[in-house]
Amino acid sequence: MNKRAVFKSWWLPVLFALPQLLLILFFFYWPAISVFNWAFSLEPAFGGAGERLFVGFDNFREVFADGEYWRSVSLSLFFAFTATGLSMLIAFVLAICVDRQLKGSGLFRFFYIWPYAIAAPAVGLAFRFIFAPESGLIAVVNTWSPDLWNPAKYGSHAMILIIICFAWKWIGYNFIFMTAGLQSIPRSLLEASSMDGSGPVRRALDIQIPLLAPTLFFLLVLNLTESFVGPDTFGIVDLTTEGGPNKATDVMVYRIVSEAFRGLNYSGAAAQSLVLIALIMVFTFIQFRFVERRVHYK
Amino acid sequence: MQGFGVKIGLAAGLLVVGLGATPAMAEKVKFEFWYGLSGDLGERVQDACKKFNDSQANFEIVCTSQNGYPETVQNAIAAYRAKKHPAIVQVFDGGTLDLMLSGAFVPAKKLMEDNGYKIDWSNYFPGIANYYATAKGELNSFPFNSSTAMFYYNVDAFTKAGIQSAPETWEDVEAAARKLKAAGYACPFGFSFDSWATVEQFSAIHNQPIATKNNGYDGLDTELTLNKTKLVDHLTFFKKMTDEGLFVVKTKQLGMDVVPAFTSETCQMIQSSIADHGTIGKTIKQGAKWDVTMLPVWKGTARQNSMVGGASLWVLNNRPEAEYKGAAAFLNFIAQPDMVEWWSTVTGYIPVTKTGFEAMKAKGFYDQPAFKGREKAIASLTFTPTSANTRGIRLGGFPQIRKEISDAMEGIFFGKLTVQAGLDQAVERGNVILRRFEKTYAGKALN
Repeated sequence: MNKRAVFKSWWLPVLFALPQLLLILFFFYWPAISVFNWAFSLEPAFGGAGERLFVGFDNFREVFADGEYWRSVSLSLFFAFTATGLSMLIAFVLAICVDRQLKGSGLFRFFYIWPYAIAAPAVGLAFRFIFAPESGLIAVVNTWSPDLWNPAKYGSHAMILIIICFAWKWIGYNFIFMTAGLQSIPRSLLEASSMDGSGPVRRALDIQIPLLAPTLFFLLVLNLTESFVGPDTFGIVDLTTEGGPNKATDVMVYRIVSEAFRGLNYSGAAAQSLVLIALIMVFTFIQFRFVERRVHYK
Repeated sequence: MQGFGVKIGLAAGLLVVGLGATPAMAEKVKFEFWYGLSGDLGERVQDACKKFNDSQANFEIVCTSQNGYPETVQNAIAAYRAKKHPAIVQVFDGGTLDLMLSGAFVPAKKLMEDNGYKIDWSNYFPGIANYYATAKGELNSFPFNSSTAMFYYNVDAFTKAGIQSAPETWEDVEAAARKLKAAGYACPFGFSFDSWATVEQFSAIHNQPIATKNNGYDGLDTELTLNKTKLVDHLTFFKKMTDEGLFVVKTKQLGMDVVPAFTSETCQMIQSSIADHGTIGKTIKQGAKWDVTMLPVWKGTARQNSMVGGASLWVLNNRPEAEYKGAAAFLNFIAQPDMVEWWSTVTGYIPVTKTGFEAMKAKGFYDQPAFKGREKAIASLTFTPTSANTRGIRLGGFPQIRKEISDAMEGIFFGKLTVQAGLDQAVERGNVILRRFEKTYAGKALN
C-alpha cells in the first residue's frame, strides 16, 4: 500500500514554491547570467546595449596574465585555511570545555554565539579601533618595542588582523554546532574510557572527534567557503586594511568588488567572479570526494 | 468581484481626471538629486535643497545622500541601468571621465539654453571650469563644491620653535621641520598616502604631467608618466625626511588621518583640502593659533596654478521633460551670488564664479577671523592661466589609478620598494587600467 500524499494538480506545488523560485531567479540566475555576459565582453559602466563589444576570452587571459591576480589567489587560500583552522580549533576547545560542564559553562554557552550575530563591517570597525597601532587599545605594545604590532605597515600583521577578525566572528557559530554535536555523544562511552584511564585529550582524539566528524565536515565546508568568498571577508577587509598595505591583504572577494564598483571595471570583475565560482566548485568537489570518505555518519 | 474592481478603477480614474482638470491643484514637479557628501556637509546640502523648495512653488527637489563619492557614482549607475535614476547627481573629480563617456547626461550648456537661462560661462574660474569642460571649453557639468589642496601649519608651534614665517618652499618646510623637531615636536609634518595633494597637486603647481596626451585630454591612448617627473625627487625627499623622523605618516589604518593629527596638535604641518578649513576651525583646541597657506614649491620653480578638487553636478538624460525645467531652475538658483556666498561660508568650499568671489571679498568675508586664509585657495587656483599640465586630469578608471598610487606609496614608505620602483609599479598597473578603459570605450572620441 502506497500511502504517499500526492498533489493532483501541478500548479499548487509550483505556487507554494514560487516565492523561493523567484528569489533564486532574481538573486542568483539573473545576476549569474549578467556576469556571464559581461565576462566575455567589455561592459561600459552606464550600459549602452548594442555597443557592447564581444571579446571572447580576452578578459580571462588578462586576469590570468596578471601576477597580482595570482598573488591574490594565494592570499585568499592562505586566509581561508588559516582563518577556518583557527576558528574551528578554538571553537572545539571551547565546546569541549562547556561539554565537560566546567564552571560557568552555561553562561559561556549563552555568550559565545553573540559575535556571530554582529555584522562583519561592525566587527571590522571595532577591530580597527582596537588594533590601530598608534591609537588603539593595542598601542601599548608598541611602547615596549616600536612596531611590534603594525598592520598598517607590515603585510603579515595585516593578514593576522583579518584572520583574527574572521575567526572571532565565526567561533560562536562553530561553537554552537560543536556543542550540540558533543552533547549527542553518549555519556557512557566517555565514562567507560575514563574508567580505562584515558585523559581528556585522549578521549577527544579517540572518541569525540571521530563521532563529531559529520558536524566537523559540515563546518569545514561552510567555514572554508565563507572565508574564501563570503561577504564577511569582504566586510572585514574593507573596514580594516582596505586590501593593504600595498595589496598584502587584497583577497579575491575584495579585489572583485573594488574593481567592479570602485574601478567600474565590470567585465574584468565578472571574469574574476566566474573563476572564483569555478574554484569554489573544485574546492567543494575535493572536500566531498576525499574528505567526506573519512567521515562516518553512523 | 470583478465588477467591483472595475468600479473602483473607474472611480479612481475619474478622480484623477477631476484633479487634473483643476489647475489650482496642480502638483509640484518632483525631481531627485543624489549627492555624496555626508555628515555635516551633507546637512548643508539639505539646507540648500530646502532653500530652493521654499523659494518657488513649481518644483520640489528631493535630495538624498548616498554617503560617499564612489557610492554615489555606483548607485547612480545601478539606477540608470534600471531607469530609475535621479535628475541630478553629484560626481567627484575622479569620476569625471566615466560620466563624460557614458553618454548618459545632458550637457550643462545645452540644459541651460533649452530652458531659457542665460549663463555667463566665462564667469567660472578657468582652473575650475576646465576640469569639467569639453576640449572646446564647454561645460558638461556644473562645478559645485570645489576645493584645492592647501598647507596648514600650527602658528603656536612655529613661534615656540622660533620660525618666523609661513613656509613657501619645501626647503623652508625642511628647515621648519628641523626646528620643530629640535623644539620637541614628535611630528613636525604629517602626510598620508592620498595621491591628491602629494602627487596630483604637486605635479600641477610644478607644471609636471601626470600622463601623456596632456594628462589624457587629447585621447584615451594616454599613458602615465609620473615615474619620470620631478615627483620622483619629491618623494625621495619625503622618504629621506620620513627616515629622519621629520615627516611622519598618518593614515586611517594607523589610527589617525592627517586632519585629526593636525587638530589634535599631534602634527604641526599638513597638506589638506581647503574644504577642511571649517572643520579644523571647529575641532582644534579653542585659542590655538593656526594658519593656512598655498602648498610649497621647490626653490626656483615657477609656480603654476593648482588643480580643482571636489565634485560637480551632472544632469542625467532620459528623465521627463518637466524635471529638466526644475533641474535648470535649481542649478540656476545655487549659482546666484547670495547662494554662492552662503554655501562657501557654511562649508569652506570656494566660490566657483568670479562674481561670487568678488562679492564675498567686497563684503569683507575674508577679513573675518574664522574665514581668513580661505582666499588663498582662490589665489592658488588662479595663480597662472592653466597649462596643459594644470588643466585637469582626464584618465579613465582614475579612482583605481589613485588607489594604485597610494598602494605604491605604502610600498615605498612601509615596504621595501625604492621610490623609483614604487612609482614604476604604480605606472605599470595604472597603464593596464588605462588600456582596458580605452578598449571599453573604443571608438568613442573625447570631445
